[in-house]
Amino acid sequence: MESFLMGAVAYDPKVVTIWDGFRAWFREQDFDFDYLLYSNYERQVEDLLAGQIHAAWNSPLAWVRARRLGDAADIEVTAVAMRDTDRDLTSLVVTRADSGIETVEGLRGKVVGVGAVDSPQATLLPLAHLAAAGLEPGTDFEVRRFDVGVGLHGDHVGGERDAARALMAGEVDAACMIDGNHLAFTNEGTLPSGATTVVARTGAYDHCNMTVVPAAAEDGVVERFAALLLSMSYDDPQVRPLLDLEGLHVWHAGRVDGYRLLEDAVDRLGFYDTAGRVTADAYRP
Amino acid sequence: MRIDLDELGIGRGGHLLVAHALRGVEPGATLEVTGRDPMFALHLETWCRTQGHGCAPGGGDDADTLVVTRGTADSARLRGASRAGDVTAAHLEARPPAEWGLAARGALVEAGGPIPHFALDERDHVWADIVPRLYAQAVSAQWDPATAVPWDAPIDHPDEVEDAVVQVMTYLIENEQVALMVPARFLGTVHPYFREVVQLLAVQVADEARHVEVFTRRARLTGRELGLSSIGGRASLATLLDEPDFSVSALLLSVLGEGTFLDLLAFLMTYGPDPVTQAVARLALADEARHVAFGQAHLEHRLAVEPQLRTTLRAAVERRHDALRDTAGLNDLVFDALVVLAAGAWTPEAIAIGHAHVMELQREMAEGRTRRLGRLGFTAEEAAALAALHTRNFM
Repeated sequence: MESFLMGAVAYDPKVVTIWDGFRAWFREQDFDFDYLLYSNYERQVEDLLAGQIHAAWNSPLAWVRARRLGDAADIEVTAVAMRDTDRDLTSLVVTRADSGIETVEGLRGKVVGVGAVDSPQATLLPLAHLAAAGLEPGTDFEVRRFDVGVGLHGDHVGGERDAARALMAGEVDAACMIDGNHLAFTNEGTLPSGATTVVARTGAYDHCNMTVVPAAAEDGVVERFAALLLSMSYDDPQVRPLLDLEGLHVWHAGRVDGYRLLEDAVDRLGFYDTAGRVTADAYRP
Repeated sequence: MRIDLDELGIGRGGHLLVAHALRGVEPGATLEVTGRDPMFALHLETWCRTQGHGCAPGGGDDADTLVVTRGTADSARLRGASRAGDVTAAHLEARPPAEWGLAARGALVEAGGPIPHFALDERDHVWADIVPRLYAQAVSAQWDPATAVPWDAPIDHPDEVEDAVVQVMTYLIENEQVALMVPARFLGTVHPYFREVVQLLAVQVADEARHVEVFTRRARLTGRELGLSSIGGRASLATLLDEPDFSVSALLLSVLGEGTFLDLLAFLMTYGPDPVTQAVARLALADEARHVAFGQAHLEHRLAVEPQLRTTLRAAVERRHDALRDTAGLNDLVFDALVVLAAGAWTPEAIAIGHAHVMELQREMAEGRTRRLGRLGFTAEEAAALAALHTRNFM
């Protein structure tokens, strides 16, 4: 059998440590696994649909595109696994506590800082949330983008952090971020405790998943891959440091009903069309 | 169980109280957490997710209360963890596992992680029971070169005698540099479990660094250029750098080399022509005595459990002798300088006395080596023969 080949986006050097470690573990389980690194999610998804790789460790936005490309080409695409820490996340729109802006309506005519153009959590979801609440981005308020790591779908935290810093520096009136980063920025002092107010919070959504094209591999191989992922135990000292690096305690079976909000946001903001073509302006990974 | 964080936010340390309280409930059981920080619910939910705990609204009307369900991840870290031995040196493992690595002796070591390689990981290859005491002595006996030496004391001997002092200092510096580098090279290869050995070697390196400093400063005290560094001297020292075995190195460098230096430094302390020379020799002598004591005690420890090592040690002395057979040994200039230094004056009578002192020094050095080898279990005859094979360069 040829190696089961998974794609991963190299958003950080630790990606090599993580997947080298997992590769060694898979091979010890007698599963011939290898991985390929990509510099951006768009090419990874295109290669997945083209049958160049069997699986892709995908951002939520990459999942949305893979699903659309799959639908358009009549290729089945599924999510077989996800991190326990990737379920039911929310994004926030926060203001300075002393700014007097305490509602979404208060953002009218103001400047809202977002993450990179392709960040689901710090750009697409919060902007779509504001739009649904009646404030059209670019019309009812100005969008100030902090483009760090374009093509990485917001995996690089830099854009979110820059937006948070700009908020505290008074350069923007609001900043968008994922809930976990609000706590992280509070802990590290970027957002001093008590200095911000949450004026909007999106509904719950899911983050990354392990996307596969079942038809690309021999019978049973995808199932074996998924079963092995789900069998990784945080009790196992060999994989625990890798799970810590990857930021999970346990792999859950994949579910795809947590991407509805992002599908809506992608449509509303015109990021991809229904066939999965990139339609966003000024997006070049 | 329930706790109240009051105004304390999770982002300001509130998570410590939650984590502490969770240790009191079983995985799967719940803890009610109340708080009044504006971000209380948002941050507690987020923190629980990153820690693998469940978190849900408390129900009822109390919006300030959440129910946390303890997960299994926080306790997983301790499963399979092992103690890195006893914290004291009283019951040392013969060969601590490499997995303990850089962990403190006695620490609880989480299973997994890197397995660093420490070549010197066997107790009997590095240890001596005197090591903890020697380390304590070494630390309390540290001295400051700036204040421990009377640098302003008068130097009123003839120029020829001062030239001799400078030549001897030049020779001492290169010897001390080797005595610094050899333990420094071993230092990073000793398993940190044997922490007293690592600490003692570290202080030993620091000792030699000070010796290099004070001998250099003494050499330059009267503004002269430094003396000659001979090929023979450096060839002899280079063989010490090449020795890969810790115990063999302890014999060649500490017992025989630094042991011989004890007599040389005592000689300089006694016959040094000025207070500065006497002081730097006295200070170095006290340090070197500890270095010799460690080498001697380590070899006695190892030979007690591995008497056949004596053959290896004998072979090492013979091998070094053979390697140095074609070198000139002690630089004539150094020998002559010792004579002039001990003479203290540039007269036939004084030179005769200085020469006699150096003859006496060489006899004492040979006797000292023989005595130390005898304590390592070599017969009197073997000890004398091996002592005679020691490098003519002293170190």
